[in-house]
Amino acid sequence: MAIYVCPECGFTYNEQTGIPREGFPPGTPFSEVPDDWSCPDCGVRDKVDFELASDAG
Amino acid sequence: MSASTAADHHDDHDHPSDDPSVVAVAPEWTDGKRYAWLLGLVVPTIPFIAWGLAEASGLGFFWWFGPFFIFGVMPALDKLGGDDRSNPPESAIKWLENDHFYRWCTYLFIPLQLTATVFSAWMWSTGNLSVLESIGLALSLGVTNGIAIADAHELGHKREALEKWLAKIALAPTFYGHFFVEHNRGHHVRVSTPEDPASSRLGESFYEFLPRTVIGSLTSAWELEAKRFKRMGKSPVHINNDIVNAWLMSVVLFGTLLAVFGLSIAPYLLLQAVFGFSMLEVVNYIEHYGLKRQKKEDGRYERCQPSHSWNSNLVASNVFLYHLQRHSDHHAHPLRRYQALRHFDEAPELPAGYAGMIVLAYLPPIWNRVMDHRVVEHYDGDVAMANIHPRARKRIMKRWDRPSGGGSHGLAPAGHAG
Repeated sequence: MAIYVCPECGFTYNEQTGIPREGFPPGTPFSEVPDDWSCPDCGVRDKVDFELASDAG
Repeated sequence: MSASTAADHHDDHDHPSDDPSVVAVAPEWTDGKRYAWLLGLVVPTIPFIAWGLAEASGLGFFWWFGPFFIFGVMPALDKLGGDDRSNPPESAIKWLENDHFYRWCTYLFIPLQLTATVFSAWMWSTGNLSVLESIGLALSLGVTNGIAIADAHELGHKREALEKWLAKIALAPTFYGHFFVEHNRGHHVRVSTPEDPASSRLGESFYEFLPRTVIGSLTSAWELEAKRFKRMGKSPVHINNDIVNAWLMSVVLFGTLLAVFGLSIAPYLLLQAVFGFSMLEVVNYIEHYGLKRQKKEDGRYERCQPSHSWNSNLVASNVFLYHLQRHSDHHAHPLRRYQALRHFDEAPELPAGYAGMIVLAYLPPIWNRVMDHRVVEHYDGDVAMANIHPRARKRIMKRWDRPSGGGSHGLAPAGHAG
């Protein structure tokens, strides 16, 4: 279960918890998040810009 | 206090420092604008000032104090206040962002704004005001509730749930709750592209822009929420839809005012809302006029840079609008709190503050004379780089296209229309 982080604002996508509010239930792999999904906090960077922060667990 | 440059800006991160474990030490530096931010609280008292002046003098035209404030007092204060290009030092940013004094300046606006709205409704209902005076009061309240959108804008960008809710409350009197969704997730993503309804185009008058941005932003906001609910497998007609719950606040507010003060206040309530959100939209018109992010080879737009927003450092307009005119830094780092926004030497600058530019925007021939050449100069004479209004393309190209400019940037302007 990996964690990805927005390089602008530090918003994190944790595959374990997903983001239910965004329609990504817990366990949703980041690869299933659509490419045109933008960071919900800053809107400056898109999914494809997110950086892998942790790949453990 | 030096101006930041592109080099120390483009690649920096901007993780907001709300973590209480972050030690925020007060720096040697002091913020010259600190107490000036309290002046922003004058705006929600405009209807009371109008009433006070009208009562004291017996002159009914003082009910028009709001428009006079925007079109007279603010441009004059911009002239007197001059500009301030100084930036807080990097070492002071964390401390500055964590100082709750600045937050309270934005929070306190809201109870005052709501009180002013109730007060105005009561004034209209007494029958003591002539129709002209009532219209003046509606425009004055429209200034209050329009500038409240700048306050909501500051709050709506933040991560704290409290601030997000306060943003929606501030938008209730103008029925502009959808702005909360569209601005953050639509406008910021597509800013300065032909696809953004809230980015004005070279050759587009304010009167063409207004319906495009009002309708375009509304439909885009709904599509964004509908998409989110579709992913959740739910209908968008849902209380958790941020547009639905924000609009519900407007329904409750308007319903209560009409029930208490009578249906006779309805036209004025409507007028203040329309004038209020039109003020936001005229500011939108100014912020990105003609500026365009170029498409990269992979088909994506280049990332938003300081060169994609118009700026002004005039103190007065900035103080009343929470540094909104330091717009380049805001778009690069939307979560940055208003008191910490910076000036950039390389960002395009407006010839006047927002207050003055609003007046020009209302007068398209003068606006074009003042702004169009600035857009073209910003692109070193290569007008094809600008975000051109499709309907005005022929005229703009004929007026500004010079054979020496263009051709080297890999765009195909002829086929590119929003």
